[in-house]
Amino acid sequence: MLIKKTAANAIVSSEITPESVYKARRDFLKYSIHAGMGLAALSQAPALWATTAAHAFSTDEAQTPYKKVTRYNNFVELGSGKAYPAKNAHRLKTSPWSVTIDGEIENPGTYDLEDILKPHTLEERIYRLRCVETWSMVIPWQGFALADLIKRFKPTSKAKYVAFETLHDPKQLPGQRSRFGSFDWPYVEGLRMDEAMHPLTLLATGLYGKDLPAQNGAPLRLVVPWKYGFKSIKSIVRISFTEQQPPTTWNKQSPEEYGFYANVNPTVSHPRWSQKRERRIGHFFKQDTLMFNGYAEQVASLYSDMDLHKWY
Amino acid sequence: MVLKPWFKPSLFILCLLPLVWLVLGLIQDRYVEPLQALSHGTGDWALYFLLLTLSITPLRQLTGYTQLLRIRRLLGLFAFFYSLVHVLLWLVFDHSLFWQGMWADIIERPYITVGFLAFILMLPLALTSNRFMIKKLGGKRWQQLHRLTYVVCALGLLHYWWQIKYDMSHILLLTLIFVGLMALRRIKLTK
Ligand code: HEM
Repeated sequence: MLIKKTAANAIVSSEITPESVYKARRDFLKYSIHAGMGLAALSQAPALWATTAAHAFSTDEAQTPYKKVTRYNNFVELGSGKAYPAKNAHRLKTSPWSVTIDGEIENPGTYDLEDILKPHTLEERIYRLRCVETWSMVIPWQGFALADLIKRFKPTSKAKYVAFETLHDPKQLPGQRSRFGSFDWPYVEGLRMDEAMHPLTLLATGLYGKDLPAQNGAPLRLVVPWKYGFKSIKSIVRISFTEQQPPTTWNKQSPEEYGFYANVNPTVSHPRWSQKRERRIGHFFKQDTLMFNGYAEQVASLYSDMDLHKWY
Repeated sequence: MVLKPWFKPSLFILCLLPLVWLVLGLIQDRYVEPLQALSHGTGDWALYFLLLTLSITPLRQLTGYTQLLRIRRLLGLFAFFYSLVHVLLWLVFDHSLFWQGMWADIIERPYITVGFLAFILMLPLALTSNRFMIKKLGGKRWQQLHRLTYVVCALGLLHYWWQIKYDMSHILLLTLIFVGLMALRRIKLTK
């Protein structure tokens, strides 16, 4: 069920497993469970099979192929357009990597990524990802609950929000040498404390059993599956606990189009396009977008007293 | 110099090549997001052909080569053809042909409204781009009607501008070409 990560570059079982085999195993497990022999299959399975058992939050929808997940990316820092981030991926050096954790906590400091990851057990979560541009994917992530990290660093009672920051280094991230200077780098994002502590919220280090490729936000990224993709900040170098709501990049860029909350919501249109429907990457026809990207059961209560048309 | 008889058929085939290339991409599985590749590809080529059509008059004025006028209609028709494929893709795959949200899309989304308007304005142009209709309307009226091409091109550009999230390089280039072509015309017309 759980992947134990011992070193930053440890080989995860499926790193050596072709995607098709990986999927076949998943299917095998799924069907054997359906056939009522799940327990037997699980107990007899070698350890590496166990890594693929589904987490309760995971979806069993068809997964977007690895090739598409890693070649259709919005990561302006690595280039505009969907294909450039993959082409420029080699420029980003993800090891060594350190993350500063500061603000309203007991032990602020800068830590090697290994030290940050060491106490956590990685698990697989298969989540839907819905981009504000009306496309979506289904991605098997590896990561751990952000809540576990937050508890470890003991925020003070003043910590109401968590702010995140992407690496700022135009040498490695050519998109930050913006010709038009329209973005205010680095990319910053934030969550309310209860959103950050929600068990769905993930800090991811891998997908499809491999370390994250740079274009997907290596070596450490956020995954908040009920919010539009731009909230799930990539290549994180700073996590700060704040009392005030932190600024967020797309909101600064165009406040009437992108809010702080950015919850997936088919009933609230983007000013220029509808959010009612979405196209799963690789599919031809569109499908309906679900409230909170299908995670309403888990997260709707966080917003029960809020007007989501106002707090988009 | 008169156009060689093989010239127009060859040009016709040349104009089809972008479509062949786009469809080939499907067969070769070159696209991560096939529908977006086709939608953007056909939209782009509709605009390229409009700009080509608009470049004929300045080009003729610069070179004095009047035969160029004989290919203008063909280029214009291809602009319509690529727009038609572009619109059909949207109609079929975004709205499964009849989804009632289609009208809401057109009315509520400014970028779709503008694209739709551009497409509607192309209809009379495409329908009158044949020898019979030119004769029937008479050269002068035909020319007046076909000045709509400027409007269509400007709307097409606006349609694209309205979709931009952050990368303006492509649309900026196309807009500059359009402005340049218009400027060339003005200079000539006012001389
Ligand atoms: C009913 C009419 C039309 C509709 C519904 C329509 C719809 C669309 C849609 C849905 C997109 C893709 C938006 C996205 O992916 O975010 C698009 C892009 C585009 N369309 Fe249209 N369109 C129409 C007419 C036209 C016409 C007449 C032209 C050209 C003269 C045109 C040129 C373009 C261009 C250049 C793009 C952008 C391509 C790119 O990003 O490279 N469209 N259109």
